[in-house]
Amino acid sequence: MLDQLQRQGPALSWKTGNDTMEGNGSDPHQDKARRFRDAALPYLDDVYTLARYLLRNTGDAEDAVQECYLRALRHFDTFRGPAIKPWLFAILRNVCRGEFARRSGGLHYIDQYVDGEADKDEDAVRPLWQESQLSPETEVLHQRDAQTIRRLVAELPDQFREAIVLREINDLSYREIADVVGVPVGTVMSRLARARSMLRKAWIAEEEPAT
Amino acid sequence: MTCTETEILLHALLDGELDAGHAREVEAHMADCPHCAVQMRAFRELQQAMPAAQLRFTAPASLRRRIEKAFPAAPQRASSRRSVLKGFVMGTALSTAMAASLVVAVFRTDQDQRVLGDIVSAHVRSLQANHLTDVQTSDQHMVKPWFNGKLDIAPPVVDLTAKGFMLLGGRLDYIDGQAVASIVYRRRQHVINLFVTQGAASESHAAQLQTMQGYNIRRWAAQGLEFFAISDINGEELQEFVEKFDAALHPPKGV
Repeated sequence: MLDQLQRQGPALSWKTGNDTMEGNGSDPHQDKARRFRDAALPYLDDVYTLARYLLRNTGDAEDAVQECYLRALRHFDTFRGPAIKPWLFAILRNVCRGEFARRSGGLHYIDQYVDGEADKDEDAVRPLWQESQLSPETEVLHQRDAQTIRRLVAELPDQFREAIVLREINDLSYREIADVVGVPVGTVMSRLARARSMLRKAWIAEEEPAT
Repeated sequence: MTCTETEILLHALLDGELDAGHAREVEAHMADCPHCAVQMRAFRELQQAMPAAQLRFTAPASLRRRIEKAFPAAPQRASSRRSVLKGFVMGTALSTAMAASLVVAVFRTDQDQRVLGDIVSAHVRSLQANHLTDVQTSDQHMVKPWFNGKLDIAPPVVDLTAKGFMLLGGRLDYIDGQAVASIVYRRRQHVINLFVTQGAASESHAAQLQTMQGYNIRRWAAQGLEFFAISDINGEELQEFVEKFDAALHPPKGV
């Protein structure tokens, strides 16, 4: 059953297409900029949130978001839907993986996690995580404040952090996550399973706050 | 189903991503397997302990300004249509900018483009301004009377919750300077706004798909009313919505 789900490739529908709906305005560039602004600016907080989690640094996140919006405006002609939020996320992700990884010496957001065959072997085919056998009967999940949860999420390895942020915080469907990340839906599911398992373990291992 | 499969698929179940068949299999397995049942509870507990709203970040105003500045400035000839927009300018710099750009678009485009542009803007506004519904109920018999006296049409309201489109409520909105009814539905996390306006009495045409700013719009006319369904769900699902809405309005004879 898992094989079936994994076989569905990512469908990058917005990358195809060549024409765009232009208004009848006299200046197509301004018209395009306006349509883009109306469509994309409402998602600024979402894009910024993803950038903060991917880059774990306020300044880098702001620069990446700005670059993302500039690129998105340039390529708005080729945007074919269905939803603009995942499209913006995909662009942001490329920005983060490219320039900002290089600038920071590749420390923050590393390509090797997400490229090629190694990836498939890593988390799609391997049956289950070894590091995270739960024994939930004896473990209690205490409430944590938002700051602590943010830190625990930020400490997850890149591909798992990305999956859980897109799902839990940015509220994307598996299909949308698969399109943004460029992996099959089955891989999204197994990454989420591992991400939650790792997060739960770190959550429980976290020291109780001093009261 | 094995424990290994279940331990992954339970996450899809938790996220509402599993089809009914697989969901039944996973649940059947958990009924017999205490280990997997405990896992399910543990991850549900984790999910509930993560309030997404508190884990989001808000973009700094300086970043918003930097991005706004990167766009070409909108021409300043918006004032004469401003009264039309008064009702829904939300007071933030963002929506003011959006409203101004909408006004310019209103001037420049022909009737159809103008209406479609308004539809998209009204949809976007309904999502961002925390003003999705004026009357919030899943009871169609409360939504329909709510529009009485507010409009010169009686928009049809049908509850499609059982068909996969949950009725959230109704709202008054403005399209092309005219008060219109918006009936709000939800499909998973996606909101569908169904705008209903007065159309030509004789006109009746089947749904056509249009895409604008990444939103899918289905437009059709029937019985003197014009309908616009808009959402970010894909075109096929939106067509499914149109068909189910239509079927609920006109149940087959003799049933």
